[in-house]
Amino acid sequence: MSIELENIVQKAILEAIETAVTRVPRDVWNALNNAYQREQCERAKEVLRTMIESVRVAAKERIPLCQDTGLPVFYIEIGEQFPIKRRVLEIVKSCVRKATELGILRPNAVDPVTNRNSGDNTGRYVPITEVSIVDGDRLRVTYIPKGGGSEYVSRLYMVSPTRGFEELVKRVLEAVVDAGPKPCPPTIVAVGIGGTADIAEKVSRRLFVERRVGERHRDSRVGELEVKLLEKINSLGIGPAGLGGSVTALDLWIDYGYRHPATFAIAITFSCWALRRASIEVDRYGHIYRDPLDFWEPP
Amino acid sequence: MAVFRIELPIENRGVLKEMRVGDTVYITGTVVTLRDLGHRRAVEMLKRGEKLPVDLRGLAVFHAGPIVRRVGEEWKIVSIGPTTSARMDIYVYDLVKLSGVALIVGKGGMGVNARRACREFGAVYVELVGGTAPLITKAIRGVEAVYWLDLGVPEAMWVLRVENLGPAIVTIDTEGRDLHEEVMSRAYEVVKSLV
Ligand code: SF4
Repeated sequence: MSIELENIVQKAILEAIETAVTRVPRDVWNALNNAYQREQCERAKEVLRTMIESVRVAAKERIPLCQDTGLPVFYIEIGEQFPIKRRVLEIVKSCVRKATELGILRPNAVDPVTNRNSGDNTGRYVPITEVSIVDGDRLRVTYIPKGGGSEYVSRLYMVSPTRGFEELVKRVLEAVVDAGPKPCPPTIVAVGIGGTADIAEKVSRRLFVERRVGERHRDSRVGELEVKLLEKINSLGIGPAGLGGSVTALDLWIDYGYRHPATFAIAITFSCWALRRASIEVDRYGHIYRDPLDFWEPP
Repeated sequence: MAVFRIELPIENRGVLKEMRVGDTVYITGTVVTLRDLGHRRAVEMLKRGEKLPVDLRGLAVFHAGPIVRRVGEEWKIVSIGPTTSARMDIYVYDLVKLSGVALIVGKGGMGVNARRACREFGAVYVELVGGTAPLITKAIRGVEAVYWLDLGVPEAMWVLRVENLGPAIVTIDTEGRDLHEEVMSRAYEVVKSLV
């Protein structure tokens, strides 16, 4: 049974990888189409039309949406009663190797000391994995690759705690203009607040797994700030591909962890318009459950 | 906004002078990929007075590193799309000056050296949209040659035949006007008024 289950998990993760890199999730697709409707600038409309067409062709022909298939990142939830817990990370690694071999992923893992590319998307701390143990008998794996263009413009600030939210607004706007065309706008901007720098980063990055475009923070004060800040970003005129226009970001999300009295860490992470994500679950009997927002065929 | 359909190698460079920032270009003919290490090598060779494996005069340089597959004797481009051009700005002036390249294809804009090169030597910088590799790859008709594989597949010099590669948007024209610079300087003004 356990070998059989291992094979099922492997197949499921490979399917998630392939699905993720060959389309955007449905919420992002809807946002792109809304942006196309809203956009007034002709040039910006043409750019958005090209993006939408690209998603269609990528999904139909099952080819990567972007040649930069990013660094492999996995969020993994292992149910307490899921049988092959100890094998999961090994299976994930083997799936990354396999997907690279099949030409689904471009080899992107480079040794910083020797500049040698490992060739199979694995290496020290790659694939990047965040694992948690949860209740139940299911394994949930979310694959969410991170491209170089959008990672290049990430920001982290330790600001004065008495001016936390004022600083946040200012730093986000500055990060967006400094990023300019580099992260392939319209982007999704994720802002994490925390006591320590690493928690701010973690909270910010988790948003790409937890949140859907258009979904607001459950605390309405934070939700309102999200709306206001998004409006400000979209008044900058950077536009799709940074060529001018009114849609610079598809959404902006904020989340937080408690802070220390003396600290206020702000992490700002971008996703390019080509957000790629797929969540898949396998239960102890080998049944597979696919997130319908991620596993879908564009019209 | 005008639409241009051009064939490379370009015979009449006058058409480049007609292109303005914001115009759209579709490219047919030969384009040559070069990324960071390729640029470095090309410029070093040209400065020593050596010939490049392909004469770039009138051709396009494409900032891209493809995913490829070898099928028998042939190379197949599985996926290709533009990489961030800004990294190549430190090489672009010498490259355009010494090689006579007509078009630079990339994404995300370039810098002061590209503006100077375009103005002085009548070249044009155009951008493809990031994340549209499926459409770009469809325009690739074949691999004519590949050089410098010792730099690795993405960094090698891929000589590609393309048909109707586009839409590519002109963001630096032969007058040295830069669309990104205009868009971004307005954006910085807005930010100043907001914070
Ligand atoms: S930032 Fe642009 S080039 Fe990089 S992965 Fe995203 S769409 Fe592709």
